[in-house]
Amino acid sequence: MSFTPNIVGFACQWCTYAGADLAGNLRAKYPPSVKLIKVPCSGRVKPEYVLEAFARGADGVLVGGCHFGDCHYKDGNYKTKNRTDMLSQLLEDMGFDPRRFRQEWISGAEGQKFAQVITEFTEELQELGPNPLGGQE
Amino acid sequence: MAKIGVYVCHCGSNIGGVIDVSDVREYAEGLPDVALARQDLFMCSDSGQELIKQDIRDGKVDRVVVAACTPRTHEPIFRGACEKGGLNKFLFEMANIRDQASWVHGQDPEGATAKAKKVVSSAVGKARNLEPLEEKYVDVTDAAMVIGGGIGGITAALELARMGHKTYLVEKDPSIGGRMAQLDKTFPTNDCSACILTPMMVEAYSHPNIETLCYSEVEDVEGYIGNFKVKIRQKQSYVNWDKCTGCGACAEKCPGKAPDEFNEGLSMRRAAFIMFPQAVPKKAVIDMNACINCAGRTIGSEPKVNAKTGNPILAPCEKACPAEAINRSLMLDPNGTIKEIEVGSIITATGYKVMGKENFKEMAPDSPNVITALQLERLISATGPTGGKLLRPSDHEKPHTLTFVSCMGSRDKNFHTYCSRFCCMYMIKQARLLKEKYPDLVINMHFIDIRTAGKDYDEYYTGARDMGINFFKGKVGGLDMLAGDKLRVNAYDMENGETIEYESDLVILASAVEMSDGTTELAQKMGLQFCGSKFFRELHPKLGPVETAVSGLFLAGCCQGPKDIPDTVSQAKGAAAVAAVPLAQGKVKIDPTISEVVTEKCSGCGICEPLCPYGAITMKKVDGKPRAMIAISSCKGCGVCTSACPSSAIQLHGYMEEQILEQIAALTA
Ligand code: FES
Repeated sequence: MSFTPNIVGFACQWCTYAGADLAGNLRAKYPPSVKLIKVPCSGRVKPEYVLEAFARGADGVLVGGCHFGDCHYKDGNYKTKNRTDMLSQLLEDMGFDPRRFRQEWISGAEGQKFAQVITEFTEELQELGPNPLGGQE
Repeated sequence: MAKIGVYVCHCGSNIGGVIDVSDVREYAEGLPDVALARQDLFMCSDSGQELIKQDIRDGKVDRVVVAACTPRTHEPIFRGACEKGGLNKFLFEMANIRDQASWVHGQDPEGATAKAKKVVSSAVGKARNLEPLEEKYVDVTDAAMVIGGGIGGITAALELARMGHKTYLVEKDPSIGGRMAQLDKTFPTNDCSACILTPMMVEAYSHPNIETLCYSEVEDVEGYIGNFKVKIRQKQSYVNWDKCTGCGACAEKCPGKAPDEFNEGLSMRRAAFIMFPQAVPKKAVIDMNACINCAGRTIGSEPKVNAKTGNPILAPCEKACPAEAINRSLMLDPNGTIKEIEVGSIITATGYKVMGKENFKEMAPDSPNVITALQLERLISATGPTGGKLLRPSDHEKPHTLTFVSCMGSRDKNFHTYCSRFCCMYMIKQARLLKEKYPDLVINMHFIDIRTAGKDYDEYYTGARDMGINFFKGKVGGLDMLAGDKLRVNAYDMENGETIEYESDLVILASAVEMSDGTTELAQKMGLQFCGSKFFRELHPKLGPVETAVSGLFLAGCCQGPKDIPDTVSQAKGAAAVAAVPLAQGKVKIDPTISEVVTEKCSGCGICEPLCPYGAITMKKVDGKPRAMIAISSCKGCGVCTSACPSSAIQLHGYMEEQILEQIAALTA
């Protein structure tokens, strides 16, 4: 399977973004499918951004935040969870495979986990094939 | 139109060894609004930075993108270069093509190069929409707070006080001193713990710049570096500390009993008690969970009257107190009192606890003769329950054979994978002290490894071997309870490759060091994060060992990870030095990457108001209509409100909607 899915990742600067840096320090290997957009907190991610990425043809979207209780801004990630739960439901209702959208809690200490999540997500997307919206807006 | 300069770094071979840097540079040059693209072996070197500065000075670029390592370490460096070149430093963006590309996709150089191009294009997209931002300065409250009154907290508070800064030392127990106060002697010099600690406790308590708040806990923390508002709850002691002289008469008369925490539960204390003889401050408290309300004297009740004498019938504690510090008729609030304190920086030094023996089922935790090393510390201390005599808890007989078991819960996948760092040394210390005092004792120590990395530590260990203490490399599989309160030790001796079995009178478990109770709640109040090992996360494992991700909050001692007294003291002095920086400067910068309401767009729906974790948003009337307002000194820039605003009226500077949308567009192009 030669298809490399394109994953847009929104990564909290305190946890998942730092976890991705740590994966680098550890030289953990994962496919070059994901490209991160750094956000201050996962709570900065508007659900619309996820939809926008899909509309533009992203094969997968990841929102990475801190574990509960670890959010740098106390409870921003709880708000993220509310939004992303709703969003998954919405995607499903619209007939769009919600497996293309992932919410993950990856801390700055979890470099290996970041690599693992990306590897698994990439494999899953390879099975699902390219985004059916194919990038037409 | 923006003139973006893109600078692609080889980082030696770190990036260049995987990613085709020239290809990325060429690609960048073709992106819209890119005025020029360069490459350099090390962009962060002086010559690399000079490239940026010169291009700015020459008027060639007015936005800068560096494609290199991570902004988490290098953004400040390149922003500094922009500033020196004469460009607003917020007109800078970084593309992470090392940590998040070349280092992780070495198996796929082509894929890595393709990804690097996208990431650069995303950064260029963001840069196109960057806006200059202005840093504001606010005045600093010249005071510090140290949370935790153990050796780390005391040291840090003293240093700050000596530098001339008012310092609040907050301790949850009735006395400062912490774990070190419980210790008998300290390695590797065997000096008496109390003898070196007590003078420091007294000095801190009586220092004119230090205000000690004992029996107090942090209720809430608000604000930011330079201007924290901390609510401290002073727990209800039921004793008027202004009057209490610490004579202990109440404790002598009190019939209520509870396990003595200071003696690690090896003895009982009274409901009215003084924490330990050298307590500072030496004040009594009444533990209402243990108090039996003698003479029906519940707090706030009127005393009964003796029919014969007409005198009120008081509880023994009240009657005993010569200073009239106890008055149970007063309606005292069981929640204590709240005190609000303003400080410029905070050091957390909340210490540790050790795992209890009940966690280790195979180690006969039901036997009273299985104890933790901290309990042994109390057993051999002159202020302990046996006055310093080694007596086994079951029958107060002198033991003949002693067993030490190391790494209980440490370096163990089932509990904690980390090493608790100071157990090897304190076990050797305890063994040495006991062998000196009781030469006929048989002491068997079981280790996985012996770790004695510290000044004069290994000599201390070899000295112990010469004293006739037996060391076994290998694990203890378990203990069996035998008749006569003895224990059978089943162990493995790796050196001789055989199992060993023998009877022991007292077994000491060196159990793992863990975060103190209540630390998780404290972390939430302060916005601190934990590392994988469940200790507070420092800003950088090597270069920021006392700082945290929250500016103005610092760490000292075991709350950041297990460490012994010398290391704790060093770290505390370091923490005091950095905590004093904002106080000495008198002003701090406010990060401008915070949220702002575009009042014209705001519909006044109020959705944002309750979402703000810091209560920074209020609804104010503008021309008679409600409009959201954000207090710049309270906003921390999380963007939670920005994402929720249905009118897109709240912008988060540095993470603006247009910027993010450009990034999405670039990544999906
Ligand atoms: S700071 Fe990471 S999710 Fe809020």
